[in-house]
Amino acid sequence: MIKLLGRNIIRFVVLVLAQILVLNNIQVSGYIVPYIYVLFILLLPFETPGWLLLLTGFALGITVDLFTQTPGMHAAATVFMAFLRPSVLEMSAPRDGYEAGTFPRLYYMGFQWFLRYTVILVLAHHFVLFYIEVFRFSEFFSTLLRVLLSSLFSVILIMLSQYFIYRK
Amino acid sequence: MRNLLRLIIRYHFFFLFLLLEAISVLIVVQNNSFQRARFIGVTRSVEGFFLETFGGIREYLILRQTNRDLQMENTLLRNQLDGMNRKLQTDSGHSSDSVPRRQFSYIPASVINASTNKQFNFITLDKGRHHGIEPEMAVISPRGVVGVVYAVSGDFSTVIPMINRDFRLSAKIKRNGYFGSLSWMGAGYNMAILEEIPYHVDLHPGDTIVTSGYSAIFPEGILVGTVHDFEAVEGNFYSITVDIAVDYKKLSHVYVIRNLLREEQLELERITGND
Repeated sequence: MIKLLGRNIIRFVVLVLAQILVLNNIQVSGYIVPYIYVLFILLLPFETPGWLLLLTGFALGITVDLFTQTPGMHAAATVFMAFLRPSVLEMSAPRDGYEAGTFPRLYYMGFQWFLRYTVILVLAHHFVLFYIEVFRFSEFFSTLLRVLLSSLFSVILIMLSQYFIYRK
Repeated sequence: MRNLLRLIIRYHFFFLFLLLEAISVLIVVQNNSFQRARFIGVTRSVEGFFLETFGGIREYLILRQTNRDLQMENTLLRNQLDGMNRKLQTDSGHSSDSVPRRQFSYIPASVINASTNKQFNFITLDKGRHHGIEPEMAVISPRGVVGVVYAVSGDFSTVIPMINRDFRLSAKIKRNGYFGSLSWMGAGYNMAILEEIPYHVDLHPGDTIVTSGYSAIFPEGILVGTVHDFEAVEGNFYSITVDIAVDYKKLSHVYVIRNLLREEQLELERITGND
């Protein structure tokens, strides 16, 4: 339990640092920014209670906000994503539930399951984030394009990270 | 309360989500000038919609205040008008008095109590001695004669209305100027009797009755009512039934009239009478 907590704290720090130090400085064709810090929410254990999920989501979002001078935006998006996570997990659960001792990772759940799980939640997160950023629906489709492209990059990076960093 | 708590605990995940999202959006709006400007724009238009919708209701609710304000303004205008009239009169006659004097001054008041179903009815006003009201002043409403101030305390005054058996008023027929004495016989709050109109006078139902101005209380020409019916009594005079112009059951805003020249007139009349 303590080990799990420590590992998650380290993951939190590493992901936030990676996001603000590296990824925020990569801007593909002007405005497409991949956000992989949401991986932290994706990788929380299956048994994480809902309230903890929401609170960690909020904490994570606010932390990123602090370093990107976008107060509240990432928090709103991450909380929304954390809110959706239990439903997505339930929706894509195997017939006899999740096995004890497994984690929502590519290594345990397989490529297809993890891709689907990641795509849904990353899309949700990016959708809220980008629309809060522009704060209007009048440029709906140009914003949507940015959501889709950024999500694509984020998903690719997250999937790659599963092979390179979280191999086991 | 208990059920509410149970509900919140049961759906705590959803409520916590709402709370955190609300906090986030609040942070967004408060700290990002662009989003704040947009947010304020949206709330302004919502606010505008509500103001427009409920403005009408509010206007209705403040009618009382509006009426009072209008009454104040009317008072001012009546006072000015009287001054102007005096000025016109003194200008046409060669008066040495260079400063026109108003003869009548108007004080606005509200009816706070009134009876209409007795033989000796009274009306109570919300203004008294402190506001310049004294006994024997005329009371009118925008629709016509109401009565005469009877007694005054510091902040209140009682009025003998036209529908009191003690009430007497010198009134005339506007069309031909014949005057008589108006009184109330105790029948119905909308009927009075005008007597002492000579038998030869040409009368029609609907003729307007106004004050004669002979009493030093009422200005001349204030509406009293209209002729309802008339019959000859004792051969020489008419007894005229008058529809009272003022509806005593709906009376609320009135003016008390102070005759600024009353003392002068009474003094002169007293000397003349003594001789």
